[in-house]
Amino acid sequence: MSLERARMKRTKAVDRVVTVALSTIAALFVVLLAVIMAWLLYKGAKAATPDLLSFTGYGVGIQLFNTVYLVTLSLLITVPIGICAGIYLAEYAGKGPIIAVLRTCIEMLSSLPSIIVGLFGFLVLIQMTHSKWNLLAGALALAILNVPLIARTTEDALRAVDRSYYDGSIGLGATRWQTTMRILVRASVPRIITGVILAAGRGFGEAAVLIYTSGMNSAVNFNNWNPASITSPLNILRPADTLAVHIWALKTEGIMANANQIADLSAAVLVILVLVFSLSARWMGNRFDKKMSGGK
Amino acid sequence: MKESKLRKLKTEYLGRTIVTVFGISIIVLTLAILAFLGYKGSATFLVNRHSLASFLFSSNWDPQQAGQTGSVGSAVFIVGTLEVAALALLIATPFSLAVAIFISDLAPRVGQRFLRPIVEIFVGIPSVVYGWLGLTVLVPFVAKIFHLPFGFSVLSAGLVLAVMIFPTITSVAADALQATPLESKEASYALGSTRWQMIRRVALRYGRTGILTGIVLGLARACGEALAVAMVVGQSNSFAHGILAPTNTITAVITSSMGNTVNGSEYNNALWSLAFLLLLISLVFIIVIRVIGRQREER
Repeated sequence: MSLERARMKRTKAVDRVVTVALSTIAALFVVLLAVIMAWLLYKGAKAATPDLLSFTGYGVGIQLFNTVYLVTLSLLITVPIGICAGIYLAEYAGKGPIIAVLRTCIEMLSSLPSIIVGLFGFLVLIQMTHSKWNLLAGALALAILNVPLIARTTEDALRAVDRSYYDGSIGLGATRWQTTMRILVRASVPRIITGVILAAGRGFGEAAVLIYTSGMNSAVNFNNWNPASITSPLNILRPADTLAVHIWALKTEGIMANANQIADLSAAVLVILVLVFSLSARWMGNRFDKKMSGGK
Repeated sequence: MKESKLRKLKTEYLGRTIVTVFGISIIVLTLAILAFLGYKGSATFLVNRHSLASFLFSSNWDPQQAGQTGSVGSAVFIVGTLEVAALALLIATPFSLAVAIFISDLAPRVGQRFLRPIVEIFVGIPSVVYGWLGLTVLVPFVAKIFHLPFGFSVLSAGLVLAVMIFPTITSVAADALQATPLESKEASYALGSTRWQMIRRVALRYGRTGILTGIVLGLARACGEALAVAMVVGQSNSFAHGILAPTNTITAVITSSMGNTVNGSEYNNALWSLAFLLLLISLVFIIVIRVIGRQREER
């Protein structure tokens, strides 16, 4: 009897110890993120001078512009393709062998190391077209990485729409395509937008895809807004380093005395940019879920 | 009759054709990536006439630029990649499991509201930023603690990668643990289990395949990560003697050398072969995940 009791006591003690240990680890994890964030922002704030924040010379304004411009350009390509592919997957692919192959391909594309996608972009968009590093190539390569993400989000969103919507529309005589576009896609817009924001966030931070496609430097003149000129910020055939690529380039070929400060500042700006996007995607997702569950 | 067909063309067939074309184009794109990398990667063996064995098992890496013949032994990079990834996995997995259990069974509300978003933020931090932190904080730190001239090492790379793959494993494992049926959990409690006994004997067993999927995903990410690793691994072309020594990985050597080689040279071809090898490695991981998933379905 006492043996039994001792055993029970031990089991309970083990349970308590494990609970404390696991909670400690979870807390450490939160502390780690807080420390990383605080460190990045602290170093960034310390390095921030009006000079480095500007759009000229060594200022990271150029890279910030490039980042936003390149990702926007990339999304203009990604979103239509991704949504179309998602519609195909959800509505038209059926259950045959093609959808199995397509699913495998999407799975493969989304788990390829980004350096592989970057090299493919380099080979096809730079070497085979005999061009120099350019923004458009970077945007296209980034699109390869993000299309599977958008396609999946769209497919999930379409499938989540209540089937009675579909039946109702078909019953009224609409074709499948009309139903998809006017009913299903419209109902899925918030979810798709959440996916697009996530894709943008990923694009901001991506560097391995871009170092051999859009390049590691840029020479732009922010007084020149003629898109055909090679020094114009708007030109899509000019080389353009994004914030993430800039950090890499500063590490590998940083020749300026204050390369470290510039990289610190770039890292801080980049993290803020990514954070804003991921938080807004989460906020949108939550708001959408609330709306769907009747505001509870 | 003819008019209605024309109408149908506009209201149905046109749209269907467009989305089908885009859907199929993804298949074409994937095959193109495989084909182009396979083609470029084969030049080492078909043009430069190196044997597959000398590429995979020799550590003599001395490829030449212009027309000459050197050697393309890549064993250092292959071993380095596996070492660094394995170390990262070893560090990250216990912590990931702990946090996953915390989220699923210890404090589900806190976990869902607070820890899940934090995991997402970890995922969102760009890999170069992790690399930069590794380079400016971790590497000097490792050098100081272990009294090394430089802190570039397998350990530094493993630690940076561990932080990067930790959220992947955590969120997949937490999903798997949360999928444990409530009846099974309650049955375990009804039999007098403590919470930990329930977790160990029911939840962890239920979530086994899901956790394994998370670990393989983490491993895949660790093998494919390029820039962060390149910044901290030291890029020395020799096997690491212990985890405090520098070495090199497949991704790091490709990233840092590709830009300095002439297209079509032996050096360039060897790098493409490494890229194709990396592609094959990530294919293997996808297949492994599929097999695990199928087992889960069968159960």
